[in-house]
Amino acid sequence: MSELLQFLFSGVTVGAVYALVALGFTIIYNASDVVNFAQGEFVMLGGMITWFAHQAGIPLPIAAFLAISITAAIGVAMNKLAIEPARGAPIVSLIIITIGASIFLQGAAQLVFDKQIHDFPAFSGNTPIRVGGATILPQSLWVIGGALAVFVGLWIFFTRTLLGRAVLATSNNRLAAQLVGINTNFVMTLSFALSAGIGALAGVLATPITLTAYNVGIAFALKGFAGAMLGGMGNPKGALVGGFLIGLIEALTAGYLSSQYKDAAAFVVILLVLFVRPQGLFGRKSTDRV
Amino acid sequence: MTKTTAGALCALLTAFSLAPAAQAEIRLGASISATGPAAFLGDPEAKTLELLVEELNAKGGIDGEKIKLVLYDDGGDPNKARTFATRLIEDDEVVAIIGGTTTGASMSILAVAEDAEVPFISLAGAIEIIKPVRPFVFKTPHTDRMACQKIFEDMQKRGFTKIGMISGTDGFGASMQAQCKDVVGDYGIEIVSDETYNPTDADMTAQLTKIRNASGVQAVLNPGFGQGPSIVTRNYRQLAIDLPLYQSHGVASNGFIELAGAQAAEGVRLPGTALLVADLLAEEDPQREVVVAYRDAFEEKTKTPVGTFGGYAHDAFLIFTDAVARAGSTEPGDIRDAIEATAGLAGTTGIYNFSAEDHLGLDLSAFRMLEIKNGAWTLVE
Repeated sequence: MSELLQFLFSGVTVGAVYALVALGFTIIYNASDVVNFAQGEFVMLGGMITWFAHQAGIPLPIAAFLAISITAAIGVAMNKLAIEPARGAPIVSLIIITIGASIFLQGAAQLVFDKQIHDFPAFSGNTPIRVGGATILPQSLWVIGGALAVFVGLWIFFTRTLLGRAVLATSNNRLAAQLVGINTNFVMTLSFALSAGIGALAGVLATPITLTAYNVGIAFALKGFAGAMLGGMGNPKGALVGGFLIGLIEALTAGYLSSQYKDAAAFVVILLVLFVRPQGLFGRKSTDRV
Repeated sequence: MTKTTAGALCALLTAFSLAPAAQAEIRLGASISATGPAAFLGDPEAKTLELLVEELNAKGGIDGEKIKLVLYDDGGDPNKARTFATRLIEDDEVVAIIGGTTTGASMSILAVAEDAEVPFISLAGAIEIIKPVRPFVFKTPHTDRMACQKIFEDMQKRGFTKIGMISGTDGFGASMQAQCKDVVGDYGIEIVSDETYNPTDADMTAQLTKIRNASGVQAVLNPGFGQGPSIVTRNYRQLAIDLPLYQSHGVASNGFIELAGAQAAEGVRLPGTALLVADLLAEEDPQREVVVAYRDAFEEKTKTPVGTFGGYAHDAFLIFTDAVARAGSTEPGDIRDAIEATAGLAGTTGIYNFSAEDHLGLDLSAFRMLEIKNGAWTLVE
């Protein structure tokens, strides 16, 4: 029993990180149908900038705030300098541009910071919390809480605010959105800022558990992308459920089968789900309705 | 008239014959992964070579001949490494090559060096580089097989017969896992639980729970590299597993204690080089002088802590300069013969004794069994 509980805790910890990254994909995707492969770099920047600022003597909360703001600004710059000039290009070209931006950000981080692995202190200490013979770190609760908070925030944003609907409208039909008076350029800028900010938040929350380095972005992006695909690209609910599901499948496979098959099991499940439901578990129904 | 011509000719001739001697330099080539995925290894290696060349030239070089270092960054890409090796030999006309931060890069350089008959000293770990022995290929880091042997020796002394293993699936972890499983039988030890994790995984409590529940397990070994072992160590304490934990030489650096946290790393044992415990070495230890000198020079120049990997480059350079000095020649063939005759040369990694059959030149004594106590390294007697 305590064994199963430990596997579940492990899965939830990892899953929350995946879910947070997956949530970051949703906004840009909803605004432009572009899968932003630089999303992992935003996560990396969140962790690295916080570490850098904290090490320079800035208190952790301010360092984290700085990291999120700077990363959001980098997201906006990426949209202005790389995505906007290529407006009108096919989606595939835009996706390739985001891959280029990802490589650029990684190289820049390597020069600006360094090539070592770093971390900063956990927010509420490192004393494990014991529940029924299993343990979980307080930082895991922060990540889980962060994922849930971002999910609720996004859900309200997309369903209850005019701006959120404007984002969805831009995605559905940019010309029509423009005709009804939506400033689509602003929507794009906003979505990059928000996505980058959420990515950075994921980096800030996850780094005390996962550690950070200039090259951690790709792994985050891949797992987050897998989570988002499993749940249904663009749907915050899908991102949340998809991320947690992958984490849990990995942990349970590692615990009960063998850790050798951990990743394979997760990807087999993703393949099976996508065979039956190509749009993912939660599809894009909510966006189509708007 | 003829006299002056003859005089001028004489002067010209002497000038010509003197010119090469005055400008003589020993051209040493290096292809190192200063950027790319292996940058955290290659970066200190490149800095070490630059530092040592500068230091030696300031002292007047070897017998008055300065060393000219031609350093390329292969980014950890074996194809680039091959190109650079060819360029080093054909265009830069170097007399020896140091480099190949990763095993992949080393394997492609060694083919080129072997063909051109230029000595090559590799900085990568895999045993395949020097087994079978190739006349012109040497290497400085000890193999992961030796690390396994050192660890199992220590386990045997402590009376452990059943252990669990949790290995990274990266090249380093997978290779060491295989080597350990290969030699474990020699020490009467049985691996009762064998788990793996991805180098980018964020949590290993599932695997560790499984190992803890394996029957009779007395100690746990974690071959791995990068952030994985730090996370394993943290998770190990999170689960309050009270069995001894062994890490590999892959994380033998102060960065590991920092990342894992002094509290979590307490009592962790691993095989490391003398470089980590420079201040703990006995006065009469043959490695003490070289280790302290390198550490002080490196830390002063780069303001970053010295590490095992920079030490590999240090030793490769030491072997090269020692061989050139003894050979009294800068012909690649003579340098090769001199390297092979190296005996009792104290480097930062160990004492090198090369022979025609052994192009690694280190034995198990190169490793020191270290234990982390109160956030610092201590020597296990």
